[in-house]
Amino acid sequence: MAAASTENAVRSSNAARVFVYLFLLLFALFYLLPFLIMLLNSLKPLEEITGGGMIALPRQWTIEPWLSAWSTAQIGVQPTGLRPYFMNSIMMAVPAVVMSTVVGALNGYVLTKWRFRGDTLIFGLLLFSCFIPFQIVLIPMARILGILQIAGTTPGLILVHFVYGIGFTTLYFRNYYAAFPTELVRAAQIDGAGFFQIFWRIMLPSSGPIIAVSFIWQFTNIWNDFLFGASFASGDAAPMTVALNNLVNSSTGVREYNVHFAGAIMAAAPTLLVYIVAGRYFVRGLMAGSVKG
Amino acid sequence: MGFLDIDNVTKSYGAVEVLHRVDISVEEGEFLVLVGPSGCGKSTLLNMIAGLEGITSGEIKIRDRVVNGVHPSKRNIAMVFQSYALYPNMTVGQNITFGLEMHGTPKPERERKMKEVAELLQIENLLARKPGQLSGGQRQRVAMGRALVRNPDVFLFDEPLSNLDAKLRVDMRTEIKKLHQKLGTTIVYVTHDQIEAMTLSTRIAVMYDGYVQQLGTPKEIYDSPANLFVATFMGSPAMNVLPARLVEQNGALHAVITDHAGHDLALRIENAPAAYASYKDMPVHLGIRPEAITDPEGADRNARNVQALPNMVTVTEPAGSDTFVTMTVSGKDCIARMRADADVHPGHVFDFAVNMDKAVLFDPKTEDRIA
Amino acid sequence: MAATDGFAGSGADFRTRLQNWLPKIVLAPSFAIMVIFVYGFIAFTIYLSFTDSRMLPSFGWVGWDNYDRLFRIREWNVAIKNLAIFASLYIVISTIIGLLLAIFLDQKIRGEGVLRPIFLYPMALSFIVTGTAWKWFLDPGIGIENTMHLWGFENFSFDWIKDREMAIYTVVIAAVWQSSGFVMAMFLAGLRGIDNEILKAAQMDGASNFQLYRRIILPQLRPAFLSAFVILSHLAIKSYDLVIALTGGGPGNATALPATFMYSYTFTRNQMGIGASSAVIMLMTIAAIMIPYLYAELKEKK
Repeated sequence: MAAASTENAVRSSNAARVFVYLFLLLFALFYLLPFLIMLLNSLKPLEEITGGGMIALPRQWTIEPWLSAWSTAQIGVQPTGLRPYFMNSIMMAVPAVVMSTVVGALNGYVLTKWRFRGDTLIFGLLLFSCFIPFQIVLIPMARILGILQIAGTTPGLILVHFVYGIGFTTLYFRNYYAAFPTELVRAAQIDGAGFFQIFWRIMLPSSGPIIAVSFIWQFTNIWNDFLFGASFASGDAAPMTVALNNLVNSSTGVREYNVHFAGAIMAAAPTLLVYIVAGRYFVRGLMAGSVKG
Repeated sequence: MGFLDIDNVTKSYGAVEVLHRVDISVEEGEFLVLVGPSGCGKSTLLNMIAGLEGITSGEIKIRDRVVNGVHPSKRNIAMVFQSYALYPNMTVGQNITFGLEMHGTPKPERERKMKEVAELLQIENLLARKPGQLSGGQRQRVAMGRALVRNPDVFLFDEPLSNLDAKLRVDMRTEIKKLHQKLGTTIVYVTHDQIEAMTLSTRIAVMYDGYVQQLGTPKEIYDSPANLFVATFMGSPAMNVLPARLVEQNGALHAVITDHAGHDLALRIENAPAAYASYKDMPVHLGIRPEAITDPEGADRNARNVQALPNMVTVTEPAGSDTFVTMTVSGKDCIARMRADADVHPGHVFDFAVNMDKAVLFDPKTEDRIA
Repeated sequence: MAATDGFAGSGADFRTRLQNWLPKIVLAPSFAIMVIFVYGFIAFTIYLSFTDSRMLPSFGWVGWDNYDRLFRIREWNVAIKNLAIFASLYIVISTIIGLLLAIFLDQKIRGEGVLRPIFLYPMALSFIVTGTAWKWFLDPGIGIENTMHLWGFENFSFDWIKDREMAIYTVVIAAVWQSSGFVMAMFLAGLRGIDNEILKAAQMDGASNFQLYRRIILPQLRPAFLSAFVILSHLAIKSYDLVIALTGGGPGNATALPATFMYSYTFTRNQMGIGASSAVIMLMTIAAIMIPYLYAELKEKK
């Protein structure tokens, strides 16, 4: 993605270039403004928002909305702030990401280097499971979680995200390992390495980038999920997205827009941070999910 | 009983048989080359010897032990791959000793063997590097080192030189031959390059379409090809195959061809095998290698039956050491290999000398050599 | 090619046979999970859609009743109509914006490294965050309209989010904001994958820039168009979070989508049979798009 392939090939006039730059800058503004406005307004006292419009800079800078959103805002019925829910999301996302990545890596390894009759069909079925509308599994999932006694809990959500993450992680590792030279596996077999030794000693050491892609994609997806969180983890076990929605839509009292914005940024912060730190892998994950290589 | 026996081996994928009844017996210390165009089954056969692919029927024996179903690591073989297959995350030293480690060899012994092999291949200074930092030739050496350190019964080479540039390929070829002479190991070597096959092997199996077309020493393969495929595949430029008719004149058999102008020209055959008689007055394919058609001064002095072939030169291709000349014989392009300073010019008629000792005849229908 | 196709045979020793089975053993749990949690659950939901389930699953067979009733519920028809409007606009606008941004970014733009992440970052956000943000900008009392009034444009009016007719378009705006950068990235990757020599050849042939794009470049982006269409349409059909956060499905049920319909009928209105049947319709719609696509993708690879 780094090198401009059309270099020297497509030339354009100066007027056209000015237009191109204007267009791009306009859209940069379109994408940036909503976030900047949220940020600005999360640092204003409420009266400034209701009275003074959204675009203006704060006359009086305050971090009060942030403190309130974090630890005292009313979420549902409890004035706990978003902190416990933020923790819920962490407790949910980390194990689910790790588990689905480990399983996806092994699946990808098997599906590319130990192929057998019918493996493409199995992969096809796994792949399709990435794209089902999750509404189709909500009802039976609720039953199963109930039977397993983990309905409405973080372990329940971990299970759900793990189960429905396997398809994507398998896709990533399969496509990555498909390009990994099979001769290396053969050489290792002749050298006497077994199934797991080959995976551990030969495949994994070369899997850094795809592990990053899988971690980031899974983390973003799981952190940002709302449907499963809202369906299976109400109340104390709710993840950040559900808590944010509750905060914003709580009907009691005055609407504290500045607190809502602070909360929204908090909910966005972890995935944004991942995006800023490792955007390259994020983009690769998006592409791998769209153009099946 | 050989050292490595391939006994009636076939390979099928589903209903499709891709390798038909292969029978090869390799003696200890032999250098067997499997050569053929891509898709001929040579790599499949090698992988079956290695244990990387299953055997559909038949048996493969190494040192009289049937190895069907035996894990690759327990056949006491080593393999050098086309891509070298060096583990990218390990150093050269670790690459070489990985197999020993997997087989539970104690560390001091691993170190000792690694040193020996590194010395033999002159890669001592590379041991701490990663494969990514090596040149193609260096990788090739490391791959051989990894195979050597195991001290296997049989070495398998899968097109090991095809990723190298032309000059390095020739150097490494010599290197492999030297190594074979020095160590006397048994080698099975797959290539599509007939020059590699000729230069390296003690015996060659020419494969095509899942069949072993001919198994023999390089000289047998080159001088007495079993059929048209072997004749044209081995040798560069390829053997000229010219439509001809076999007739008897003055008590001797002659192969009748036509020159550039379409006139008949009879080339006398001496010491004709008995089988030729039954092809009298029938069409045959006359096979003559380019070096058997030359200028009279450059003709082989030991040849007993050199015949004149006056014909028009179409193209000359000076190649430094030789000059290749193309002409039309029996309506086909025919290549002659001349001395570099032979005085030939396109459009001129030249008296070529044909060494009929080296000529072979093929049945046009079965394409087998008539003998 | 597989690393091995097995050494099965009577002579195989234990370790070799174990090695042959290990891959399948390793894959088995995933396979079981998939069979139960994906395809088993789908089967169960399909079954429920033919039953008289209300608050809890029940197994009284009612045939096609639920589907019959589903299509006579006004809210479902609103949801279908909304989905049609939303999906088509979302796909078309995102594709156009994404394509233009990609083409423009591909003109050796200074600062591409800064612009690209800016276009793409919304994709890293939760739809809930996006919805929360846009909800207030589009709120006439406090957002853009109010700001314009404060700036002196007293007649400026932008109250779509409160307007039953127009509210669905606000969902389109927010969704396009979130995903068009992603489409840009897909097209940009496609553009960067085009062989530069082809472009040089076309210029030698005298093609203008416009012709170059129309005749040479865009046709080569076909796979990117297809991928963008498939991804966006499946996102559109699944859309749930954004509507919940942005409009809550309102005003009234003016911005209901099949996903919100399914949720509310199943879990708040205790009409599980109808909810299940709506989920089945959603699945079938996605399957009609995804299966041919995945089939073609997998077949090509073989």
